[in-house]
Parts: sequence; structure tokens; C-alpha cells
Amino acid sequence: MYNFDFVKPSSIADAVAALAGEDAQPLSGGQTLIPSMKARLNAPGTLVSLTGIPELVGVCREGDMLVIGAATTHAQVARDAAADFPGLAALAGQIGDPAVRNRGTIGGSLANNDPSACYPAAALGTGATIVTDRREIGADDYFQGMFTTALEEGEIITAVRFPIPQASAYAKFVQPASRFALTAAFVARFESGVRVAITGASENGVFRWAEAEAALSSDFSADAIAGLACSPDEMIADLHGTAAYRAHLVGVMTRRAVAAAG
Amino acid sequence: MGKVTMTVNGRARSAEVEGRTLLSSFLRDGLELTGTHVGCDTSQCGACVVLVNGQAVKSCTAFAADLDGAEVTTVEGMANPDGSLGRIQQAFQDYHGLQCGYCTPGMVMSTAALLAENPKPTEEEVRHYLEGNICRCTGYQNIVRAVMAASGQDVGALAAE
Ligand SMILES: Cc1cc2nc3c(=O)[nH]c(=O)nc-3n(C[C@H](O)[C@H](O)[C@H](O)COP(=O)(O)OP(=O)(O)OC[C@H]3O[C@@H](n4cnc5c(N)ncnc54)[C@H](O)[C@@H]3O)c2cc1C
Ligand code: FES
Ligand code: FES
Repeated sequence: MYNFDFVKPSSIADAVAALAGEDAQPLSGGQTLIPSMKARLNAPGTLVSLTGIPELVGVCREGDMLVIGAATTHAQVARDAAADFPGLAALAGQIGDPAVRNRGTIGGSLANNDPSACYPAAALGTGATIVTDRREIGADDYFQGMFTTALEEGEIITAVRFPIPQASAYAKFVQPASRFALTAAFVARFESGVRVAITGASENGVFRWAEAEAALSSDFSADAIAGLACSPDEMIADLHGTAAYRAHLVGVMTRRAVAAAG
Repeated sequence: MGKVTMTVNGRARSAEVEGRTLLSSFLRDGLELTGTHVGCDTSQCGACVVLVNGQAVKSCTAFAADLDGAEVTTVEGMANPDGSLGRIQQAFQDYHGLQCGYCTPGMVMSTAALLAENPKPTEEEVRHYLEGNICRCTGYQNIVRAVMAASGQDVGALAAE
């Protein structure tokens, strides 16, 4: 790994100022960034740690929203969101393994937008708002394809605001070597309708499955989507699964999520 | 270069580090605590797990500079004060929870984190918690038995190998 300057500010304002420098990059839990720096896929000149900023950490209910600070670890979300938003807490508790969950954070996961990551499914599946140091971005505009988001240079996520659904569940088919999702579905039922977000399957990253949303909005049951098939076009194909296999899993995992959400 | 200080196994320890110095190299190269093993160095195997402020962390995937001031426990800190094996270590020996021993420091530290959170885990909870700790020798059966024994539970009740 190439060396870099390390800074650890204690406020969002200081972090944003440090990130304005040349070649600076934020470091949150490091569970994605450190491996990619070892592989020299990333070589920042300055790393700006976000782990010493108290305002970036915490899970807080605000009316019918659950607000989670960007530097909150997966382990803390699994614990502290359990009462208000069990579907999200369960998703956080399935990420990686305990040591990854003790360091990895929601902000890092959403900034990275790995096509097989878990949190993007919850953010898109609830229509969450990504709050940054300078604006608010709706999930439908935020995710722009594999490893691509609406974030600008030097912009950091400060929090994520999730509308709390009436019922929700995440069904994940684990790729056992990486522990990411081979394909997973997040289903959320709101008074206004049902949202379904799929991760791990598409070459364009996380996406909403519109046909399933329509069917489930009129009848929230696994049977309502029993005959529904997702097209294998533009699905990921690799040694772990063909495009057709992933397309099949989209249906299976969505039905499992609906059944689990009840 | 900058100086980093942590409380390691109850003692304040300092070393000069670069930005890129991993917690694993701070411990192994800086403090000569070579009990912490580096297996994959890519966050996959869990051999390098130590406790940071009481929580299991992969020391190959954290920067020492980011943990300035932290409290760290390594496998060297798991022995009894008189140097004899601690409860978890003794259970690993008694139940043959190791063969080559490469994964063992990480297994012991993950077990310590698990039992602090959940003193009487079920077999399924043990297997789930140790998901990030890979062992290429034992087939896991005896590791699970060792963890159950370390938690003071009946090992005879576990399924036979
Ligand atoms: C063994 C293993 C298993 C894993 N399994 C899963 C899994 O099952 N599901 C899953 O979803 N993930 C999984 N992960 C990834 C894990 O969840 C990471 O924690 C997460 O992807 C990145 O979060 P981080 O806090 O570690 O971010 P970092 O690694 O610190 O950063 C990742 C990227 O985001 C940027 N960044 C970080 N924070 C911010 C911010 N607030 N604003 C803007 N940019 C920011 C960084 O500059 C970097 O580019 C796994 C990782 C490992 C090592
Ligand atoms: S050496 Fe750290 S996880 Fe393998
Ligand atoms: S005892 Fe050899 S890897 Fe576990």
C-alpha cells in the first residue's frame, strides 16, 4: 500500500475542509477502502477519518423516520434499529461477519455502492433520503449504477433518513465466499404502496422491480408474484451464477421477503 | 510518521507509525506481539482478530493511527496472570480446537467477544458468530465444542463428529 497523510477531524466542517485538499478521500470503517488500497486500486494522498466525529454516529427516531448517522457501524444499526425498524436491523446483522460489522458503516456502504451490497437495497427499497454535507438526495436519484452514485468530489454523506415501513424484510441469498449477496431483495410495505429493491443481480447495481411493486401493492402476498419473472437482460453473470440463475433468484428472494414481512 | 499510543493487554504501549501502518503490524512489528496472526491480509480469514474497545476487529483491516487511544486485547492478554492458559485457551486445548494453530489466535479472540456478548450461546449461535474465522484444519467441530466448553455448557450434548 502506498503511504498517505492521515488526519482525524472531530467535526463535519473540519472533515469537509480537509477533503477539499488534493487527493484527499474519506475513511470510514475501512472494510472496503483498506483492502482496495492494499490492491492499489485506491491511492489517496490524504485519508480523512470520519470515525472521530460524534455527530456522524447514532440511530435516532424522528416521527415516522429513522435517522442514522453515516459513521454508525453495522453492529450498532443491528442493535439500535431493532425496535423501530426490525427489517433494517436484520439486514445490518447479516452483513459480512461480526468483525466487519464492528467497523463497517452505513455511509461507507452507500458511498461505495457495491452492486452486491446490502444497504443500497434498504435505501432504495424504502425511498430513503441520503443527507450530505451540502444537500439531500432521494434514493431514486442517488444510485446511478455499479459503484456510481450522485455524490460529488469531496461530498460526504452525513446521515441517512429512512421512512419506517409498516412491514419490511430483507431476504439474502449469501455468496458464501464473500458473504455479500449473490442476489437479495428488500421489500417494504407503506400505506402508499409497496417498494421492492433488488441487489446483487443487475449490472446496473441496485434496482427497483416495478412489476412486483405493482402486484404487491394490490395484494401483499407471495402468491401475488408467483408467476412473475424478472428478465435476465443486463443481469450479472460470473462463476457464482449465470444471468438466468440470478433472474430466477430475484423472484425467489422477493417471495421470501414478502413471506417474512408478513 | 507519528506516535500512536494504545492500552494493549492492560499496559500503555506506544510506537511510531506511518499513516498506512495496520493495527496488525503495529502489534506484531511495533510491539513484537506476534501472537496475532496474519493469514490472508485481505479481510477474509479472521486469523488477525483482536479486541478493540471490547469488540472483535480484523487488525489487518484497521489503521493504527485511527485507533490512537484505544484499548486492545490480543491473544497474549488471554492467559491467566500466572502465565497459565486462560479459560478459553484451555478449552481449545482440552477439546482439540486446533491443529496447526494458525487460526487459533483469531478464534480465541472472536470467542472472547462472543462470550462477552452472549455468555451461553447455542451451537448455532457459535457457528454463526465464527463465520468470519476460517480454519483449514479442524473442520470446525472441535472448535465449536471448545467454545461450548469455555462457556461452561455441556459438550456431550453436541452432535457427534
Ligand atoms: C469479509 C467482508 C464481508 C463483507 N460482507 C458484506 C455484505 O455481506 N454486505 C455488504 O453490504 N457489505 C459487505 N462488506 C462490505 C462492508 O459492509 C463495508 O463496511 C462497506 O462496504 C464499506 O463501509 P466502510 O465504513 O467500511 O467504508 P470504507 O471502506 O471506509 O469506505 C468505502 C468507500 O466509501 C467512501 N466513504 C466512506 N464513508 C463515506 C461518507 N460518509 N461519505 C462519502 N464517502 C464515504 C470511502 O472514501 C471509500 O471510497 C463486507 C466486507 C468484508 C471485508
Ligand atoms: S489476516 Fe486479517 S482477515 Fe485474514
Ligand atoms: S488449526 Fe490450522 S487453520 Fe485452524
